[in-house]
Amino acid sequence: MNTSALVVMLLTLGTVTGLMLYFFWRVINTPPKPEPDSYLDNDDEPGRQETIV
Amino acid sequence: MSANKESWGSRVGLILAMAGNAVGLGNFLRFPVQAVQNGGGAFIIPYLVCFLVMGIPLLWIEWSMGRFGGKFGHHSTPFIVDTMGKNRLWKYIGVFGIWTNIAVAAYYCYLESWTLSYVFHSLGGTFSGMDQDGVAAFFIDYVSLGESTFGIPYEPIVFFLICLLLNTWILSQGLAKGIERVAKIGMPMLILFGIFLAYKGFTITAGENGAINDSTVGLNFLWTPQYDKLWSPSVWLAAAGQIFFTLSVGMGTVHCYASYVRSKDDIALNAMSAGWMNEFVEVVLGGAILIPISIGYLGIDRVTELVQSGGLGLGFRTLPYLFYQWGDILGAISGVMWFGLLFFAGITSSLAMGTPWIGFLQDEFNWKRKSAAWSFGLIVLILGMPTVIFFNYGVFDEYDYWAGTVSLVVFALLESILFAWVFGINKGWREIISGSDIKVPNIYKFIIKFVTPLLLLWVFLGSLFTPKGGDWGAALSGNWELDNSSIIKKITNSELKAKLAAATDPAVIEQLQDTLFFVNASRILLVTVWLSLALLVYIAYKKRVREGRI
Repeated sequence: MNTSALVVMLLTLGTVTGLMLYFFWRVINTPPKPEPDSYLDNDDEPGRQETIV
Repeated sequence: MSANKESWGSRVGLILAMAGNAVGLGNFLRFPVQAVQNGGGAFIIPYLVCFLVMGIPLLWIEWSMGRFGGKFGHHSTPFIVDTMGKNRLWKYIGVFGIWTNIAVAAYYCYLESWTLSYVFHSLGGTFSGMDQDGVAAFFIDYVSLGESTFGIPYEPIVFFLICLLLNTWILSQGLAKGIERVAKIGMPMLILFGIFLAYKGFTITAGENGAINDSTVGLNFLWTPQYDKLWSPSVWLAAAGQIFFTLSVGMGTVHCYASYVRSKDDIALNAMSAGWMNEFVEVVLGGAILIPISIGYLGIDRVTELVQSGGLGLGFRTLPYLFYQWGDILGAISGVMWFGLLFFAGITSSLAMGTPWIGFLQDEFNWKRKSAAWSFGLIVLILGMPTVIFFNYGVFDEYDYWAGTVSLVVFALLESILFAWVFGINKGWREIISGSDIKVPNIYKFIIKFVTPLLLLWVFLGSLFTPKGGDWGAALSGNWELDNSSIIKKITNSELKAKLAAATDPAVIEQLQDTLFFVNASRILLVTVWLSLALLVYIAYKKRVREGRI
């Protein structure tokens, strides 16, 4: 391959693969949020809340 | 009360389903062709810039709109957007989020059925021993509903029905047990098949198995940067368009999937993860299969000629022949993998298209999931049959253009204005960062408010008034002649009418007259569907008023 094509290809493939793996790694290594368990946790939504069905 | 109490089974399942929604046939068939036609390796610069300033913001906008609507029990765009703007007309803009999905599913399921059929034909050895013209002729016979090599009468219709039944059945199983389960199987399989074919694409050697070029020739062709092309607005418009279509934004599916996310859960990291997964499949896998393999066996000149008719031709008319250069067994395996990965890419997207309609019926009319899913199947069947039967009369392309192209840009432009300017960027920003597992850069507040809507406006205007041959230089210097691909020329059927005027052969004239009729008829059908959906939204609104829910 010519040098410019090789550089663009490797940079692109490396960046895209790296960022895909990084964000997926962050997802699987972030502990799940606990279920809301208090009145306050469930009651801070702004406006039009009464329309919840 | 809404009958809709569903939720995602796991975070990884949600991300795979969202990535599956975004990953479609275009990742493998459209991206490489766009890259080749718009500057090769240099295309990646506008492509990634558009991903950063338009793709990611739109993903965050749609994820947060969906989660916000979900808090109020809304799982489809009409009433999601209704909660965000005071003007009651917004819900009719939201109709696009259901209409687009139904109309796109109608032709997309047909496309998906080709891949399923080709998996079986690859397994059955149909393409073994065929020359390139034979494989191309097989495709033309297939879409013309010609005689099947399997001996099945009207085989395309049979496979379309199988595909539609499969989609409907999976949708009827629910979010976690149906869609999420398919995504958890389909996405890893797709990536696995893609890696195998990309490996083959990277290791072609001239002189072996009939190859005329090494892989490097194809990779050079695809990746050599033509930096001078970066000055062309057409290249930037093509990059923006590709980002737009590859992420499945502007459809209403992302909103619908995100509406099932719990109000305290992250969306910023989830959106990034699903978005970059789509980019990986498109750039890394999609870029390593179609072009390198085709050039390895056909050469640059032939492939340059073939890409003029798009990636679909290369994928279905050419690749099955090329795979058999590797021998009968490897040819069959590669065919199964290629069409298998296209099938998984297709079904994970078509399933997403069913969910807004199902969510709407569940929320507004208390339908059970199963009934709603089967109603979706029935509508897609009725709307899809014209694309199957009248494929050669432009019905398929017409659906693709209006529902799968124009509608997405219009809806995305309007939702970005709604989010940043009507709902308000401060409230919108709070929605994006609420529960976020990553630090969202503050610069995105500015990008979402100004850059993304302006970019979308430019994409829309660029499509509306596309200058002839994409020559913006001539257009801006005063000679603004519209291209036949512009929306205005499409509405007036300029290209068809010009062909009709120039035709002298009675058979050609008849074919063109029929095409003109079916093109106009399919537009009337699509408009009728949109109006019917708007009427349903109006009825649902009145029902809400009667029940005191508004």
